Amino acid sequence: MPDTTFLDSTELVLNMGPQHPSTHGVLRVILKLDGEKVLGTDCVIGYLHRGVEKIAEARTYTQFNPYVDRLDYVTAVSNGLGYCLAVEKLLNVEASSRAQAVRVILTELNRIASHLLWLGTHALDIGAITPVFYCFREREAILKIFEQYCGARLTTHAFRIGGLQYDVYNGFEREVKAFCDMFPTKVDEYEELLTNNRIWVDRLKNVGILSAEDCKQYGVTGPVLRAAGVEWDLRKAQPYSGYEKYEFAIPTRQNGDTYDRYIVRMEEMRQSVRIVRQAVEVIPEGPITAKVPKVIKPPAGEAYVSIEAPKGELGYYIVSDGSTQPYRVRVRPPSFINLQALDRMVRGALIADVVAVIGTLDIVLGEVDR
Amino acid sequence: MASLLKKIFLVDLLQGLRVTFRNQNPKYICTEQYPAERPQIAERYRGAPRLNTNPETGETLCMGCNMCALACPETLIVVTSARNETTKRKEMVSFTFDTSRCMFCGLCEDACPTDALELTQEFELASYTREGQVWDAKMLEEGPKPTRYKC
Repeated sequence: MPDTTFLDSTELVLNMGPQHPSTHGVLRVILKLDGEKVLGTDCVIGYLHRGVEKIAEARTYTQFNPYVDRLDYVTAVSNGLGYCLAVEKLLNVEASSRAQAVRVILTELNRIASHLLWLGTHALDIGAITPVFYCFREREAILKIFEQYCGARLTTHAFRIGGLQYDVYNGFEREVKAFCDMFPTKVDEYEELLTNNRIWVDRLKNVGILSAEDCKQYGVTGPVLRAAGVEWDLRKAQPYSGYEKYEFAIPTRQNGDTYDRYIVRMEEMRQSVRIVRQAVEVIPEGPITAKVPKVIKPPAGEAYVSIEAPKGELGYYIVSDGSTQPYRVRVRPPSFINLQALDRMVRGALIADVVAVIGTLDIVLGEVDR
Repeated sequence: MASLLKKIFLVDLLQGLRVTFRNQNPKYICTEQYPAERPQIAERYRGAPRLNTNPETGETLCMGCNMCALACPETLIVVTSARNETTKRKEMVSFTFDTSRCMFCGLCEDACPTDALELTQEFELASYTREGQVWDAKMLEEGPKPTRYKC
């Protein structure tokens, strides 16, 4: 924003955040307003910066694993999967088929948990208070499964380099199947609450439109990209961890507005249930870890692995110098890159739409700032 | 026409209200009455650390090998050991565990060769002082003693 506008008497500069509840964390948005109309925005980030990438350079490969859970703390399992796959690529090992199946089940459950949290808080921002209670009730069922599997609910540290630390517990299959049977009716319930609700539709339709062309230019990925009509999902485009074995569809919509992103995420939850159901049906027998040395010392080189995290493409670029500690770890977080499209989406809209757009981008500040 | 009638008779809003009322059924209540009712903690839960002792002799299982301290990403475990002159074995002298910096990743318990260090299902770790968060071997063996409230 040019500085001169601050002196213009018809324009108002308003600070939104970092303590604003609708910014989902510590994001500060400087809004330039003409009455209710947004003329421009400026995001100030870094309030949650912990220097995770720098921490990695002083930790061994195994020790850094729990830190990636804290990037996007609502999708800790996905983060762990991406990191483990990247180190496995450096080591040139592949997890066993049993480990891969369990990984797929847990990451897809995590995707559902992440989307549930998004739906609850997004609806809360818009003014629908009821969904958040139902969403958290179902999310609790997933977190219970995580807790029983790996001993933690949020910062799970579920996977280890080369496979898994824990085998599935007694009754894991039964509980996951029970969840898969219960959950689709719950999604229908949320849809009944919201999809046709006139307030919901009025607040979301044609708000924060981001066309497919803009998405590609900004590098936006995940449900935001798919809502604009681009059928791009890394699980299909470059399958990892055995995703090629499962049948699922990539939900897409055409308009690229907030309402479409809502529909896409709802459909994604249903598709995730489909994947979990297929994966839990046949968990192959076998070892849970591949042959990995106790002290992980990859040969000098570099590896980039990207996975489809619930929020978009999550990439890990690791450079190894042949020692036990990574030389450099770079995380390509989906939230950080999706957030850049905020200004494009809210220009000319109203203040209330800024809240809706921040909600629909589904950002987590732990991942934006790292 | 149909959509106009739907709009006038608030069909969309009533549809949502039906879901709300259906969920009013007491059998869907899932609130945990926490201090009165203890939550169900999973067996693998990673909570308060504990140093296990031999149940028969009461001696510590820790042999001061320092593996947990090396595995810890935050280097919050400090173990000192000394050679016992009579048995010619290394023995743990002191063991401190800073729970205020712990992120309960469980790498220390994975590293322990004798299953001496273990993360338990105990989850009430609050303390009034910072010093109270640093646990020594005695505290680690006894475990925290949180107040149990009865409502």
